Amino acid sequence: MKKGIYLLLLSISIQFLANAQDNAGLTLPTGFKANLFAENIGSARHIAISKNGVVFAKLNRADKQGRTIIRLADENKDGVSDNITGWANYGGTGIYLTGNALYASSNEAVFKYELDSKDEVVNPLSPITVVSGLISRRQHESKSITFDKANNIYVNIGAYSNACQEKDRTPGGKGMMPCPILDSAGGIWKFDANKENQTYGDGKRYATGLRNVIGLDWNPQANKLYVAQHGRDQLNTFFPSLYTDAQNAELPAETFYEINEGDNAGWPYVYYDNFQHKKIVSPEYGGDGKKEGASDIKNPAVAFPAHMAPMGVLFYTGNQFPAKYKNGAFITFHGSWNRAPLPQEGFFVAFVPFKNGKATGEWEIFANGFAGTIDGAKITSTRSAKARPCGLAQGPDGSIYVSDDTKGSIFKISYQK
Amino acid sequence: MCNSKIRCFLFGAIIMLLFVSIKTQAQNLENGKKIYQTKCLVCHQSDGGGVPNMNAPLDGASNVVGNDIARLVKIIKNGFNERVELDGIYYSNSMTANPDLTPAQISDVLSYIRTSWSNKATKVTTVQVQQAIKGNQKTSAK
Repeated sequence: MKKGIYLLLLSISIQFLANAQDNAGLTLPTGFKANLFAENIGSARHIAISKNGVVFAKLNRADKQGRTIIRLADENKDGVSDNITGWANYGGTGIYLTGNALYASSNEAVFKYELDSKDEVVNPLSPITVVSGLISRRQHESKSITFDKANNIYVNIGAYSNACQEKDRTPGGKGMMPCPILDSAGGIWKFDANKENQTYGDGKRYATGLRNVIGLDWNPQANKLYVAQHGRDQLNTFFPSLYTDAQNAELPAETFYEINEGDNAGWPYVYYDNFQHKKIVSPEYGGDGKKEGASDIKNPAVAFPAHMAPMGVLFYTGNQFPAKYKNGAFITFHGSWNRAPLPQEGFFVAFVPFKNGKATGEWEIFANGFAGTIDGAKITSTRSAKARPCGLAQGPDGSIYVSDDTKGSIFKISYQK
Repeated sequence: MCNSKIRCFLFGAIIMLLFVSIKTQAQNLENGKKIYQTKCLVCHQSDGGGVPNMNAPLDGASNVVGNDIARLVKIIKNGFNERVELDGIYYSNSMTANPDLTPAQISDVLSYIRTSWSNKATKVTTVQVQQAIKGNQKTSAK
């Protein structure tokens, strides 16, 4: 009898695993399917896809062959890459493809490569330097990039600080007033992609008060830039009399903004509280968890739970997915660490519905299960997540691709009518 | 078993000392765990795993289980704000300083870290921490 139960349980769990692996371990809405387009390619940050379906991934660190831009082609068209090559020797996050120009970023610069008609790189050893000399001081050093329709390039320059304290990450430490970091970081800078060898003086600070943005994309319907910010850390660690562990786990919200030129999202002076629906003065600047910040600071289009770390944004323009997804935004969430000692959250891809170019304010989990836990168990230590979603791109057939920068999987997600 | 009064007393004293020392060591580790939970866990995580590319791991890290106690003491005391490689990976986050921790507390938390998870290094004594602090002061004065 006991044996029978064990066998039954065994067969159920094998069935469960087999089903899970059908979609590369992911849970998706009805009608969607996922498979592994690539595995173990390294620390794959952002990705870009050509009209022919060739995927380019930017690695944060060189792989075993010393490469940091990986080209993945699926020549037999079975949905799995079968011809993998690569070049470049600088780590980084950003990659963007427009026409036959492939742009990639290190943590200090943006380079331009030319692709031939077969999507092979023409000048792997001699890229054009579009921008260089950008600030990179360990924290928030990734330089993500996106483009508008007029060939302007938008570069995130993250703040090399948590909350602009006089001494970074110090219990009770005061914030600097004004925060000097904002002159050269903590915002989005705009450059002309047609020009070479630019630096700060050639660009324009397009938006400020953004602590660190990794995911950003141009919303083609609204013709506007959208960025996802990583909110500040450790309210409880540095201000234990104002915030409990449980409050820090939920504050501040991760925020998604529609950006107009000149916008200020308020870092480091305020953070967004998703429960009071208010911009609250940071404790480093005299806040008490209730005092409201200046009214001219930008409100988010959508607010998400704290610390989940948005990594990639993609406005969906394809025709493969059901109509509700058209012109909406997908956002990858890397998964948190600063919710500890409470369990971590994130490790999924969210979908943000848009109507007439505006976010409805709603959001939902689109693809989950990247962390690889059984039965939805929570991750308590960030490193135990098997995969952490990072880059996002749309293929020519309307499928979307999600990269993982832990081991370097690329998931392909498609819809079948 | 003990055939003279003196021997008997010595034997008993040794047994008692052993018990006391085992008990103190257990208390030290328990105290080290408490300090870890309040000061270290949020960044280095409950399993000492750290956060990939951001906060360095303590579990299995060569420097953490290594013999350079002075460096470990210095990092705990002063925090850490350098771009440095650990076992092939760079970690981007800054570490908060802990100027208020006493040598006894530092030895407790280091002993906990060096003997927890997969770590099987030696414990660290208060005397070792005191010597390290003196040594670090001399080096920084130069």
